[in-house]
Amino acid sequence: MESMESYLVIVVSAIFINNIVLSRFLGICPFLGVSRSITTAVGMGGAVLFVMTVATLVTFLLHHFLLIPLGITYLQTVAYILIIAFLVQVVEIVLKKVSPDLYQALGVFLPLITTNCAILGVAILVIQQDFTLMESVVFAISNALGFTLAIVLFSSLRGQLERSELPPAMKGVPAALIIAGILSMAFMGFAGLV
Amino acid sequence: MKEELTHKQNFLKGIIRENPVFVLLLGLCPTLGVTTSAINGMGMGLATLFVLMMSNLVISLVRNVIPQKVRIPSFIVIIASFVTVVDLVMAGYLPALHEQLGLFIPLIVVNCIVLGRAEAFASRHSLLSSMIDGLGMGVGFTFALTLLGSIRELLGNLSIFGIKLADNDGMILFILAPGAFIVLAFIIAVFEWRKNSHVN
Repeated sequence: MESMESYLVIVVSAIFINNIVLSRFLGICPFLGVSRSITTAVGMGGAVLFVMTVATLVTFLLHHFLLIPLGITYLQTVAYILIIAFLVQVVEIVLKKVSPDLYQALGVFLPLITTNCAILGVAILVIQQDFTLMESVVFAISNALGFTLAIVLFSSLRGQLERSELPPAMKGVPAALIIAGILSMAFMGFAGLV
Repeated sequence: MKEELTHKQNFLKGIIRENPVFVLLLGLCPTLGVTTSAINGMGMGLATLFVLMMSNLVISLVRNVIPQKVRIPSFIVIIASFVTVVDLVMAGYLPALHEQLGLFIPLIVVNCIVLGRAEAFASRHSLLSSMIDGLGMGVGFTFALTLLGSIRELLGNLSIFGIKLADNDGMILFILAPGAFIVLAFIIAVFEWRKNSHVN
């Protein structure tokens, strides 16, 4: 039962307390770029969930079965980014063959994900925090859910924003950033939950 | 055309007119993540400056050797190598700063500015102009991060570059996550306002 509890702590802290976008500041580019409508936000969330889980799993195995035994952990950054770029390509090709529907839904977002720092960030965090394999996968999934939650909330707030009158200089990105700040403040309320 | 810019213009464009953070809106993750103080912002800026300049230099050198189809992966490997260099050097000589910046040092790899300049500039310009472009963009990025870090440190802690200006506590909010978003929003708004008033 104790392990169950530790997983719950990982899930809650990754989604709410240390939200990957609003508190760790990873994946800001897609957060500001793709969050114009709720549908695309959900699509991006799905793609991130998929790639983040697979990428964390693969880089975890790579780290523990290749980099550590060979004593070349300093190649971490180079190896990880290549694996992630490669993985995104593979996922795209496989998805196209196996499930054209899902590919249709996620297709546009996949190439963007290689440069999403959230993916590389989570892969490195998992190693830094010495998680086990199972914990890493749970951590990756919860971070992806946290990302989706933030981006979906943000896109619905942004929809409202477009209809309001603003000083010309604040239109667009500045107003969106202020919204993000307020959202981040709201999430600070979760601190101390665990 | 870009090629017709003098070296001076090429260098200066990165600082204000095409400032990577405030105008092009690239590399926002480290911008928001590390700027809790002026020193941290400056350290991150200088690390990125080094990577930008060196990767621009190498990419400009090998631009005619790399086949078109594999150019992006090749650029990424070159960039990642320099990031590893920065990571190791910083861990060795500036352990305290390295600790503070933490995750964001390896994440320079996925900083859109670096790959963006490699693709848009270094892969089609000569060695010297690529280096100057990297230097200009790097200085612009450092300027942006230092400015953001100073404002946040000043409001949040009433100090600047670690020098305490008053004994009171500041508004802690500005050091915490929401402050990053809000301060950046207002700086970008000032740049927008400046751009608009130039047009009219």
